[in-house]
Amino acid sequence: MSFFEFMSLYWPRLMSGTGVTAAQFLLGAVLTVGLALVFGLMKMSSNRAIKGFAVVYIEIFRGTSLLVQLYWIFFVLPLFGITLEKFTAGWVAIGLNAGAYGAELVRGGIMSVPKGQWEAATAINMSAARRMRRIILPQALVNMLPAWGNLMVEILKGTALVSLISVTDLMFEAKQINASTYLSAQIFGTALVIYYILARFLLTPFMRWLEGFMARKLGRA
Amino acid sequence: MEDLSGFPLEIVGENSPMVSFKKVRKSYGSLVVLDDLDLDVAAGEMVSVIGPSGSGKTTVLRMLMTLEKINGGVIYVDGKPLTHMDKGGKLLLANDKHLRTRRSDIGMCFQHFNLFPHMTAIQNCMEGPVQVLGLSKAEARDRGEELLELVGMIDKKDQHPSRLSGGQQQRVAIARALAMRPKVMLFDEVTSALDPEVIGEVTNVIRKLVSEHNLTMLMVTHQMGFARDISDRVCFFYGGKIEEQGPPAELFGNPKRERTQQFLSAVKEAV
Repeated sequence: MSFFEFMSLYWPRLMSGTGVTAAQFLLGAVLTVGLALVFGLMKMSSNRAIKGFAVVYIEIFRGTSLLVQLYWIFFVLPLFGITLEKFTAGWVAIGLNAGAYGAELVRGGIMSVPKGQWEAATAINMSAARRMRRIILPQALVNMLPAWGNLMVEILKGTALVSLISVTDLMFEAKQINASTYLSAQIFGTALVIYYILARFLLTPFMRWLEGFMARKLGRA
Repeated sequence: MEDLSGFPLEIVGENSPMVSFKKVRKSYGSLVVLDDLDLDVAAGEMVSVIGPSGSGKTTVLRMLMTLEKINGGVIYVDGKPLTHMDKGGKLLLANDKHLRTRRSDIGMCFQHFNLFPHMTAIQNCMEGPVQVLGLSKAEARDRGEELLELVGMIDKKDQHPSRLSGGQQQRVAIARALAMRPKVMLFDEVTSALDPEVIGEVTNVIRKLVSEHNLTMLMVTHQMGFARDISDRVCFFYGGKIEEQGPPAELFGNPKRERTQQFLSAVKEAV
């Protein structure tokens, strides 16, 4: 079987797998951003209980393996009465894991905003919440975007692990095709190229564009 | 806890000061920055604060803007306690809510301008009126444009701070502070970060405020000539206290204390 024949035969399955990978990535990324924001802010709270909760979350999900977390969410949580469908378990695990890394990026981004900005907002008598939302976060966001670009690529690559709980993503399809054809080099080589294209030709340019867009909004560019 | 029973709950009377520091203490660890400071500023008065670095002069403004916590004494603004609140006839350290109601009397301009970089000049001026005072956008825009006109920045109103020179940024910062309609304006070394050739455009704005508006102003500055020109009174700070104060002609022309003389001659040599 020529490579061309091989591709025309398995292309539809690879594409459907790529679609699932993209969906896992997008849902996981949205959850990551939400959790990162919430726990990043919580970690900066002066309330010990709130801060403690954030520290525990960040430590657990940064300190242990994503694969083990995935297995916990899919295989162990049902024992406690929480059953997630495998597709859902996949992106929830990814989001929980990356959210812990993102929380540190949010915290770092907020701390990178000069003290003078906090003081100027206080001097016009802003409340703490408004100061954060209107003055600090927009600037923190621009400062942390480059680091978020890296995290997004990590999330995309991390989605391959969901194949281990039988989510039919790109990696899962590749393994299935390999099992029936033994054309390992062709199939895993193709999967490699698809991941690379997603990361380097779609995701990275988008994050670069976003950085430029936000910098223009700040009047920096 | 500090016994504040000797401090009044309110300062009343026709000639009561707009700003009053009563035995104000501020320290960082063992370093005493303000040492039982007493300072009154009358309504409409322009007071300049001079002194060597580390003398506590900037701290005076930062305490008044409530950017620093107070360690002792009480600060009053417009007769009412700022740093403390009256709880059943006793003065307690102010909470956030109290600070937010009292802080609105005070506006501040900073050495490094601290404009919001993600907003244009006019947006910087509208942010407080819209978000804090609850003005409509149209009202806030009118007010902002009027003030940008006053500081001579109306033609740059849609520029971001990164496109403005230091002097221009500082003028926008003055308009931003004035947009909140404060009773007291604080200028913290507002020309220190500027190139020499643009200092004039900022000092001219402050001159205009002094001559045309009845604001109470406190200014920390290293520009002795400017302080001499426009102040009603000059306070020389040394070691967290007022070493000497008086009308500018007197303090600059005939300083009585040795430390004042030393400081002024050192400054003169530097020019």
